[in-house]
Amino acid sequence: MENNIRIEAREFNAYYDKKCALKDINFKIFSNKITAIIGPSGCGKSTFLRSLNRMNDLIENFNVKGELLIDNENIYDKDVDVIFLRKRVGMVFQKPNPFPKSIFGNIAYGLRIHKMFKNYDDLYMKVENSLKEAALWDEVKDDLNKSAFDLSGGQQQRLCIARAIVINPEIILMDEPTSSLDPTSTAKIEELIRKLKEHYTIVIVTHNMQQAARVSDYSAFFMQGELIEYDETTKIFTAPSNKLTEEYITGRFG
Amino acid sequence: MKEKKLINKIRDNFFPVAGLLATIISLGILFVLIIDVLKDGYMRLNLQFLTNYPSRIPEKAGILSAWVGTLWIMVLTALFIFPVGVASGIYLEEYAKPGKMKDFLEINISNLAGVPSIIYGLLGLQIFVYFFKLDRSVLAGALTLSLVVLPIVIVATRESLKAVPLSLREASFALGANKLQTILFQVLPSAFSGILSGVILSMSRAIGETAPLITIGALTYIAFLPAGPFTTEFPFITLQGLKDYFTVLPIQVFNWVSRPQKGFHSDAAAGIIILLIISLFINFMAIYLRIKFEKYMRRK
Amino acid sequence: MKINKNKVIEKVVEGALFMSASLSVFVTLGIIIVLLFETIEFFKEVSIIEFLTDRQWTPLFMNKHFGILPLLNATILTSLISMIVAISFGLTIAVYISEYIKPEKRMIIKPVMEILAVVPTVVYGYFALLFVTPILRKIFPDISTFNALSPGIVMGFMIIPIIATMSDDAMQAVPKWLREGGYALGANKFQVTTGVVIPSALSGIMASFILGISRAIGETMIVTIAAGQMSNLTFNILEPMETITAYIVQVSLGDTPAGTIEFKTIFAAGMTLFVLTFILNVFSYMLKSKFRERYR
Ligand SMILES: Nc1ncnc2c1ncn2[C@@H]1O[C@H](COP(=O)(O)OP(=O)(O)OP(=O)(O)O)[C@@H](O)[C@H]1O
Ligand SMILES: [Mg+2]
Repeated sequence: MENNIRIEAREFNAYYDKKCALKDINFKIFSNKITAIIGPSGCGKSTFLRSLNRMNDLIENFNVKGELLIDNENIYDKDVDVIFLRKRVGMVFQKPNPFPKSIFGNIAYGLRIHKMFKNYDDLYMKVENSLKEAALWDEVKDDLNKSAFDLSGGQQQRLCIARAIVINPEIILMDEPTSSLDPTSTAKIEELIRKLKEHYTIVIVTHNMQQAARVSDYSAFFMQGELIEYDETTKIFTAPSNKLTEEYITGRFG
Repeated sequence: MKEKKLINKIRDNFFPVAGLLATIISLGILFVLIIDVLKDGYMRLNLQFLTNYPSRIPEKAGILSAWVGTLWIMVLTALFIFPVGVASGIYLEEYAKPGKMKDFLEINISNLAGVPSIIYGLLGLQIFVYFFKLDRSVLAGALTLSLVVLPIVIVATRESLKAVPLSLREASFALGANKLQTILFQVLPSAFSGILSGVILSMSRAIGETAPLITIGALTYIAFLPAGPFTTEFPFITLQGLKDYFTVLPIQVFNWVSRPQKGFHSDAAAGIIILLIISLFINFMAIYLRIKFEKYMRRK
Repeated sequence: MKINKNKVIEKVVEGALFMSASLSVFVTLGIIIVLLFETIEFFKEVSIIEFLTDRQWTPLFMNKHFGILPLLNATILTSLISMIVAISFGLTIAVYISEYIKPEKRMIIKPVMEILAVVPTVVYGYFALLFVTPILRKIFPDISTFNALSPGIVMGFMIIPIIATMSDDAMQAVPKWLREGGYALGANKFQVTTGVVIPSALSGIMASFILGISRAIGETMIVTIAAGQMSNLTFNILEPMETITAYIVQVSLGDTPAGTIEFKTIFAAGMTLFVLTFILNVFSYMLKSKFRERYR
């Protein structure tokens, strides 16, 4: 199967103030693949992920150098509309962060702010579809008006995934999406992620080596702000070409 | 050796004993105060007291004009400070970029919070009463009190906005919401009960304020009411009352306290009972909302 | 096109919010201009020397004197009395609730304490005049009906919550390791509290004192009702005396026409009050910021 390049970093650098968090990253991420980003704490995984939807714009003193392309368009160009970018690039966070609203309201929010529905029936249908896609529908269909806080952690995280996909993004970013969940919920989410790659390009940050091996097609190993190695996951986990990668995945540091 | 032990014992128990004592005495004073006014004023507490105008005869005097005036002033003040206070709070917390401008605004507001309320009275007198020619009207009174309590609302709004977790904002931004949408649809609803608690707290402060209203020339003896807001003619609402003279409960109480006759002191005590009931009630409402807000925030 | 519209709305909203926030600047400006304007008018008729050195304040009498000293003296005396009460009680309570009792109890005592600050000041005035003064008379038989002592004491109770709450916050902010350092040296709780916690929180505690003094100086109704409305330069706190604030009330109660010298005096008095409290507030703010910086 041919690999389409979806995201490409060219000599990409990121700084907090003067402090360099990402250094000369060159990186191609393929369409409809799951790419895992692994590496020791503080190596810049989140920084890279949050650069992809310019979430870091919210941080004072954050700045970048180089290019970060999505579909061959540099997202840090001056005339790029961040709102539109974030609509195309959805995000799921480490800790489930539903809105203090009903389950329905959580999903409908994105549709409402982007005016992406014709009438109530259409809205309802879209909410239903996204909940089905996120494998949550059967569990919540009778209490759509209940507060999202009444769901379990795993359900909340799937709700957040449904909330992200309802506005039809092309790319979904996930920053350690299962690190606050129990094994059963984690398994469910992993299954969901594998299913989602049919429609979306997924970039996932994880600290869990098994998880990276289980779900991803490609893996990238970051260390101290640099991309050390990037290859097919099977290759990375069976025959890494860099010694640092090998030491990390065999658990010698990190 | 024994002496040293005694000194140690005194030292170990000093703060627990003195602290408990100080706490009990402070709250005891409050208790004594309440008992004292109840004792002095309970016999005046009847329906007539609420429906009568003040009078030269202590037994016939009532607080009708005072409580109606207080109601007018409270409602108007709330209407003024809610939008302005909340908007200022939002600007400082969500929009203002760190820097000299923000520091300046912050220092300014913290300073305003410490300006004695009577100074606001002098400001209101010159600006509202004379410059804008509002005379000593309900409107001038409400505007003056609004300035007095504005810093409270601004500070409370900021505190409540600060308590809204970053994760909630991030979730909204990540979906492509802009700043205004995020603030309007996510941040403000979450902070709402906290903000409301601040507004109500400022009301409990405003209701007891006397000095600034005396300074702008609010009358201390009044035997009529501001024109009510409703009429029988189209459009059924009138703002005529805004221009009328007024008095408020604490001024009425002050007027009665200042008289030498014992009878008026009973009227004052009865007025105080009403005033205390209202301000404590408002204050508890604010605390209740505050606690609810904190619980709600902790859920996240 | 649609995006542009959203951007415009955002800018407009931000502008409106900014205008609300800058209203507070205009309030400050307004206060300064109003006070300054009439004060300058006042000093066209009265020399600053007289204002600062004359020992009488009688603008409402035929024989007019414009010496602020009696008013200032009364303001300072009543404030000092109130601070003796407020600091001794407030600080003791702060140490007690911060260091000696469980956090849950603290969470109850603090808001209940706050009620002392919620009681309208006319109520305290009533209490001082009609309850406290008669009791004081049993101790000091020659105390006047209006005097500085009784409103001073009552005002102190009103200020207790400010000092207790702010000092408690300051002591709570003292890091645990500092306390542990004290205990590690074998100090007992009293020694750690007085030798480590209070000194570490000192600038925060001082900030609360200064804010308390500022509140006392600006307080109006308690002293108006219970200290009297007759200017009197004396150090005898059992005698009636008139504070700056009480004088402003006294003039406001009569119908003093704008433009007269009597009218201008309340602005000169107000200016004195404003300058005093302003200096104290800035000082308190600086102490507090310094404290915050240290334990961030
Ligand atoms: N808001 C910020 N301000 C300043 N420095 C930051 C900020 N966020 C992250 N950093 C720094 O940038 C570097 C990369 O951080 P990042 O959060 O990307 O690491 P990470 O790989 O996601 O780590 P973790 O596995 O712990 O989540 C770190 O050294 C961190 O200290
Ligand atoms: Mg991270």
